[in-house]
Order: sequence, then structure tokens, then C-alpha cells
Amino acid sequence: MKNLDPQLVWAFAGVLGLLAVSSLIGLVLKTAIKKPEAQATISNLNARIGAWWIMSAIFALTLVIGPVGSLVLFGLMSLLALREYVTLLPTRRADHRTLFWAFFIFTPLQYCLIGIQWYGMFAILIPVYAFLFVPTRMAIAGDTGAFLERASTLQWGLMICIYCLSYTPALLMLKIPNYGRPAKLMLYLVLVDQLSDVLQYVWGKLLGRHKIAPVISPNKTWEGFVGGIATATAIGAALWWMTPFSPAVAATVSLTITCMGFAGGLTMSAIKRDRGVKDYGTLIKGHGGILDRMDSMCFAAPVFFHIVRYFYVR
Amino acid sequence: MNLLAGLIAGAARLISGVNVRWIDSEPDPRQTVYFANHTSHLDFVVLWSSLPAAIRARARPVAAQDYWERGLRWAVAVNVFHAVLVARRQAQPAPDPREAIDHMVEAMGSDNSLILFPEGTRGTGEEVAAFKSGLYYLCQRKPELRLVPGYLSNLNRILPKGEFLPVPFISRLTFGPPITLKADESKAEFLERARETLCRLRNL
Repeated sequence: MKNLDPQLVWAFAGVLGLLAVSSLIGLVLKTAIKKPEAQATISNLNARIGAWWIMSAIFALTLVIGPVGSLVLFGLMSLLALREYVTLLPTRRADHRTLFWAFFIFTPLQYCLIGIQWYGMFAILIPVYAFLFVPTRMAIAGDTGAFLERASTLQWGLMICIYCLSYTPALLMLKIPNYGRPAKLMLYLVLVDQLSDVLQYVWGKLLGRHKIAPVISPNKTWEGFVGGIATATAIGAALWWMTPFSPAVAATVSLTITCMGFAGGLTMSAIKRDRGVKDYGTLIKGHGGILDRMDSMCFAAPVFFHIVRYFYVR
Repeated sequence: MNLLAGLIAGAARLISGVNVRWIDSEPDPRQTVYFANHTSHLDFVVLWSSLPAAIRARARPVAAQDYWERGLRWAVAVNVFHAVLVARRQAQPAPDPREAIDHMVEAMGSDNSLILFPEGTRGTGEEVAAFKSGLYYLCQRKPELRLVPGYLSNLNRILPKGEFLPVPFISRLTFGPPITLKADESKAEFLERARETLCRLRNL
């Protein structure tokens, strides 16, 4: 129980309250609105809320367990995300062993480096060593067909699914003077980023008229974007007490998180459209796959980490 | 054994990430032969684990005797999966094919189902090979028999022929509506129709 920082408990109490209110709204909508054309949206909304309860419970549990819990959780998410990603790639028979290295050597290694707090190696394992290893192993395998395409799409997948995602639990490595355990900071990032996704969805459904990128994502609207980012930034500023930031800095950092998150969502959607799929997977009911849920985190986490590390560590 | 079977089924679904779809068909507890394309050692266990538990308990795989007839594999095949082991044509001395059919009919009894890979051996995943005639002879013996096609995608990427370590991919299993042998159908016509029914599920 030593991991139960009172501020962490308050933040989770807030999440619990939010989930309870959402479930209530979901229930009211389900009973009040009988229009058949709204039924699909409402049942998807309720499925999403149900999944949020489960995801929040898992995240809370791993936070209570401590750093090892978070590392195992994000390590598994990396594996599942990479699995969703490589399923869409035009891999060949000759890539089998290279893929084995990606899943079962590089992924665990990356999270072990966070566990032993070796920042120098954590920051370069994928961009230097895995980057050079992947094409070498593929060359040894001897199949030259679409070689550059196979090598570079896998390198990109390692960067997104392992490297970028691992920056979230990597926050636990940071030693911030007069702040205490950085678990709070990880929760803060996840809260602001995921609330931004949710609020963009909510504002978009309520007011959305003008599409931002109709080719890439029909659900992204200017109203959703502005409303979601503004409210998530305001919530991020209001939560300054659980961060090492002042309220003004918390607002700036939250705005950065939400904008990076939007960039992540947009980029990962472009890949889905290119490959002709709607979702990366079916693991999370109502949401799609792990990559559909974590696309914004993949872009927000590395930037957030480096802002904190540059300005607040030592 | 039920607990072990449940655990194996759960593990198989987890490893293969299989996404099961029933297109114009639904799980049916009646006696059925499930037939599928064959590209990986995982094919049988994934198809078996994708069936609802009540149907799974009565679905027996038809497997090559030479592959399964050893130690632990044999114990699992017989005790958990209730496998129907038949000799392959390559086996020495060459087996009588009618014996294999007799064996399958006997194993089916009145309410057991079978899981069958009519290509006979694992392919590369690009093409579905011509079917062996066993499926036809089985239908001749049991004329009203329902045959349900199941197309397996991506299992060859998880564990291709010749590899021993699996790599995770999300696989997919698509079941289609059942077919039966028509009264006036020749062996070649029937086997080709069954193969086409299976192949059509590939791009649905």
C-alpha cells in the first residue's frame, strides 16, 4: 500500500466519479432515445464506457502494484499493438525470424531497460540497434523482394508500438526534486491524453459539422477538435496539483499532449485507410484494438517525457 | 480433462488472436464435418477452440497417425482432443483407404462431429490445393452429412511450415453455410465444389 499516494487516490476517485456519471448518462440515453438511427451510436457508446471501466481497473491495479506492474502492462500492450500492426504488413515467409526478434527480444529488452533505469540505452535501443538489426537480419534471410518496404515498415512499427509507447512507463525513471513518486505524472499523462480523445469524440458527436480530414477520418471535426482540446487542456491545467508544474505550465503541457495526441490519431488513421481496414483489432469492445486506443499516447508520451526531463529533472 | 481442454482452447485463442466469423451460417450442434484449409500445425487447435464449448466437446480431429503417434502428443491427441488417427498414403506399408473411412464413420457414431483438412498436407497459404477423395467417400457413406467450410487466414504467418517458434499475428476464421453431397454428383465435381466453397470465404 506504500504506493498509494493521496494525490493518486484523489485522481482515481475523480476517474471513478466520471465513469459513474458516464454510465448513468449511457443508461438514460439507452432508455430515453428510441430512434433506430441513434441505436448503433448509443450501444457503441455504452460498449465504450463498459470498456473504460475495465481499462481503468487494470491501470489502477498495475499502479498499486508499483513500477513492475506498469512495465508488465505496457510491455504486453506493446506486444499486442505490434501484433495488430504487423498483421497489416505485407510480411513474407523470410521475415519470420526477424519478427521473432522484434516481439520476443527487443520488446522485453526495452521494458527491462526502464526497469533497471538505464536511460542512455533505453533512448537508443530501438532507434539505433533495432534500426540496424532489422535490415541486417532480413538480408541474411536472403529474400530481396520488396526489401526496403519490408525493412522500413517493420522499423516504423518498432518505433511506434515499442519505443514510443514505452515512454509512458519510462516516466517512472524520472527523479524530480521535491515531487515524490512519478507514478502520479504517468497517471496525469494518461488522463489528459485519453480525456482529450473522449472529449473530442463527445464534442464531435454533439456539435460536429465541419470535417477536418474527410479522407482520413470521417469522425474528426473542427468542432470536436477545438472543443475536445480546449476542455482537456482546461482539465489538465486544473490538475496542476498532481504535477511538478505551475497551473500555467500545466495548461501549456496539456495543450502539447492533446495536440500530439491528435497528430497520433490522425497518422494512425491514415495507415488504416491505406490498408483498407476500419480498426486495428477487436480486443477492446467498442473501441477496436490496442492501437486504436493508444494511437494518441504513442505520439504524446515521448514529447511529454522529454519536456519533463529537460525542464524538471535535476 | 474438461478443464485441460478449456485451458488449451483459451491459450490457442490468445496466441492466435483469432477473430471468428460465421457468415450466412451459425454454430449448430448437429453432426457436422468442419473442413478447412491447412497451412500450419496450429490449424486444428485454433479451429477446435473457435467452436462453442458444447460443440467443441463433440468435435474430433482427423489427424495423421505418423505425426501424432508419439509420447506426449499422442496422450494429448487421444485424451483431450479424442483424435481420429488415420494412416497417410505415404505410410509404409501403404494403408487401405477404405479402412480410414470405416474408422471415421465409426468415430462419428450418431452425434460426433469431425474436423478435417482435405488437402491432406500443409500448404504455403497462397493456394488451397486439390482435395483428397476422403471427404467424398465419407459423404457417400453418410449421404445427409453436413459439411461446414472454415477458412483460416494468417496461421501460416504465425507458425509457417518448417518453423518451430511462433510469431504473433491476428488470425481469422470464417465459417460459411453448410453443403451436402448431391445425389448425382461425381467425385471430381463434388471435391471441386467443396474446395470452391472454402476458397470463396477467403475474401469475405
